[in-house]
Amino acid sequence: MTRWTDEEVLFYAELDRACNLPRDAAPLLRVHDLSYSVTGRKLLRQVSLNLKAGELLVVLGRNGAGKSTLLKHLSGELQGRGVELFGQPLGHHKASETAKRRAVLPQQTALSFAFEVLDIVLLGRIPHGGRETPEDRAIAVKCLERVGLMGYEMRNIQTLSGGEQQRVHLARTLAQLDGAGRDRVLLLDEPTASLDLAHQHSTLRLARELCAEGVGVLAILHDLNLAAQYADRVLVLSDGAVLAHDIPAAALTCQTIHAAYGHEVLVTRHPCLNCPLIVSAS
Amino acid sequence: MTTAAVKATGFSRQRTRAALALTILPLMLLLAVIVAVGTGAVKIAPAQVLSIFLSPLGVAPLSAYDEQQAAVLSAIRLPRVVLGIVVGAGLAMAGAAMQGLFRNPLADPGLLGISSGAGLAAAMSVVLGFNLFGLYSLPAAAFVGSLISTVLIYLLSQRRGRVEVTTMLLAGIAINALCGAGTGLMTFLASDEQLRTITFWNLGSLGGATWPTVMSAAPLILLGVLVLPLTARALNALLLGESGAAHLGIPVQRIKWIIVTLVALSVGAGVAVAGTIGFVGLVVPHLLRLVIGPNHQTLLPASALLGATLLVLADLISRTIAIPAEVPIGIITALLGAPFFLFLLRRERREGVL
Repeated sequence: MTRWTDEEVLFYAELDRACNLPRDAAPLLRVHDLSYSVTGRKLLRQVSLNLKAGELLVVLGRNGAGKSTLLKHLSGELQGRGVELFGQPLGHHKASETAKRRAVLPQQTALSFAFEVLDIVLLGRIPHGGRETPEDRAIAVKCLERVGLMGYEMRNIQTLSGGEQQRVHLARTLAQLDGAGRDRVLLLDEPTASLDLAHQHSTLRLARELCAEGVGVLAILHDLNLAAQYADRVLVLSDGAVLAHDIPAAALTCQTIHAAYGHEVLVTRHPCLNCPLIVSAS
Repeated sequence: MTTAAVKATGFSRQRTRAALALTILPLMLLLAVIVAVGTGAVKIAPAQVLSIFLSPLGVAPLSAYDEQQAAVLSAIRLPRVVLGIVVGAGLAMAGAAMQGLFRNPLADPGLLGISSGAGLAAAMSVVLGFNLFGLYSLPAAAFVGSLISTVLIYLLSQRRGRVEVTTMLLAGIAINALCGAGTGLMTFLASDEQLRTITFWNLGSLGGATWPTVMSAAPLILLGVLVLPLTARALNALLLGESGAAHLGIPVQRIKWIIVTLVALSVGAGVAVAGTIGFVGLVVPHLLRLVIGPNHQTLLPASALLGATLLVLADLISRTIAIPAEVPIGIITALLGAPFFLFLLRRERREGVL
C-alpha cells in the first residue's frame, strides 16, 4: 500500500472529485437523487452515489440508517427511480444478463437442506448456461480456494460454522462473476459480520483483488477501521441521507462519524498504515 | 480442468450415490411391476409376465402362458399398476418440488391441504353434477381444487419473501379442516351411489383402474412429471431464497407459478382417479434426500421413480393382505408414512430446522 502525505491525500481527494464530473466515463453503478419511503417514514432521502470500475466503495452508517434499503435498490429487489447499472436504468437489462455481471452477497443465507459446498458455489454458474460443465466445476473449486476453503468441496454446508458458510456464499458470488468480461459489480451486505479478525481482513483483501481485476465492489460494513484501511471511498449514511461520499481520509472525520453514529470518536493516523484510525472517545 | 476439480467430482458422495440411485431405482420399479402384475387370484410367473409383455414385439415366449393370464394381465392388472406408477410418480415429485419451493422439508401435498382441496372439488363435481369436459370433468375439477389450495397456502405462509413454517403447517391444517367440512357437506347431500364414490376418494384406492381412467389422468400427471425436472436448477437456486434466486437471474415469479401449476396438475389428476393418498409426497423425497442429497436435478427424477415403486408395492399390499377384501391404499401409505413423519419431526426438532 502506498503511503500518502497529507498533501497527497488532499490532492487525490481533489482528483477524485474531478473524476466524478459528468465528462468522465459512465460509472458501473450510479444512483441519482433516490428517495424511498414506507408508510410515511423516509428511509432514503435523495441519495446519490457512483461506483466506478476497480473501486471499493464502503457504505457506513448506524443501524437503520438505510444501508440495506439502499442495497436492495441496487440489487433490484426494490425498484426506485434513479438507479443506473452499466449506464442504463436498472430494469433495462434482462435479469439473466444482469446476473452474469452483477452478484449480490446477502447478509445471511440459511439453507434448510444439506447441500454439498461445491453445489452451492455452482449455483453461481447458473447465469452462465443451463448445464454445469467441467469448466464451471473448475471455476467453483478455484473460487473456494480464493476464500480459503480449499478441500471443503464435499462438506455438508449445514455442518459448517456461520463464518465458513458466509465464505461459501462469497465464493458463490465470485463464481457468478467469473469470466464475465470487464464491467462487473459485486454488492456485499456486511460480508465480515460473522468472520474472525483474520478472515475479515482476508475477505477485504479479496475484495481489493477483485477491484484490481476491474470489478466495482460496494460493501456495507460496520467496522470503521476496516473501511478506512481498504475502501477507495466511503459513503456515510445517516437517517437515509448521504453525510459524506469521499475518500476515507476526507469522509471519516470526528464530526461526520459523530453525526452518523451519535458517538464521540477520535480520528488519528494509523501508526503503520497510511489511513485514518478511529478510536472511541467515550 | 485442474486436478483439484477432478478430485472434487470424484469424491462427491452425493453425486456418486445419485448416479447409483438413478441406476437402481428403475430396476426396482421394473421388479415391483413384474411382481405386482403377476400377483392376485390368477397367478402369473415373472417369466410369463415378460413373455406376455414381449409377445407384441414378436419375441418367442420364454415360458408358456394361457389366454386367460394374458387377458387378466392386460385388462385388469396392467391398468392398475400403470395407474400406481403414474400417481405415485406424480405425488412424490410434486412433494419434492413443493418442499423445494417452500424451502422446507415438511411441505407435502397432503399436509398442506392440496390433496383435500382436490378431493373437495371432486366431491362437489360428483354431487353437483359437473360434467362439462366429459371424461375429463373430474380430473379438471380436482385440478382446480388443488390449484386453489396450492395458491392459498403459498400466499398464506409467505411473509416478506419468507416462508414461515408454523404458518404454513397451521394454514395447511385450516385448509384441510375447511375442505373436510366441505366434503362432509357434500357427503350429506349425496345420494347412496354418490356417497360410495366420495368415500372412495377419502380413503384412496387404485381399485377403479381401467384403461379409460388411466388415460384420463396420465397425460396431466405425466405433463407435471416430465416438465418439473426442467425447473430443477431454478428450484436449487430458490433454496437461497427468492431474492437470492432473483440475483442469479431466475425469473422467480414465473417459475413459482409454473411449479405451483404443475404440482396442482399432478396432484389434482392423481386425486381425481385414485383419491387422497397421503405421505408419498412427504416420505419419498425426504428419504432420498438423506441418501443422494438435495440437488433437484437428481432428486426430482429419483423421487418419481421411488414414488412409483412405493405406490405399486403399497397397492400390491392393499389388495393381497386381506383377500378377497381390499384395504384402501391410503390406509397403507398412512400406516407406513405417519410413523416416518413422526420420526422426521423429532429429528428436525433436534437439528433446529423447525
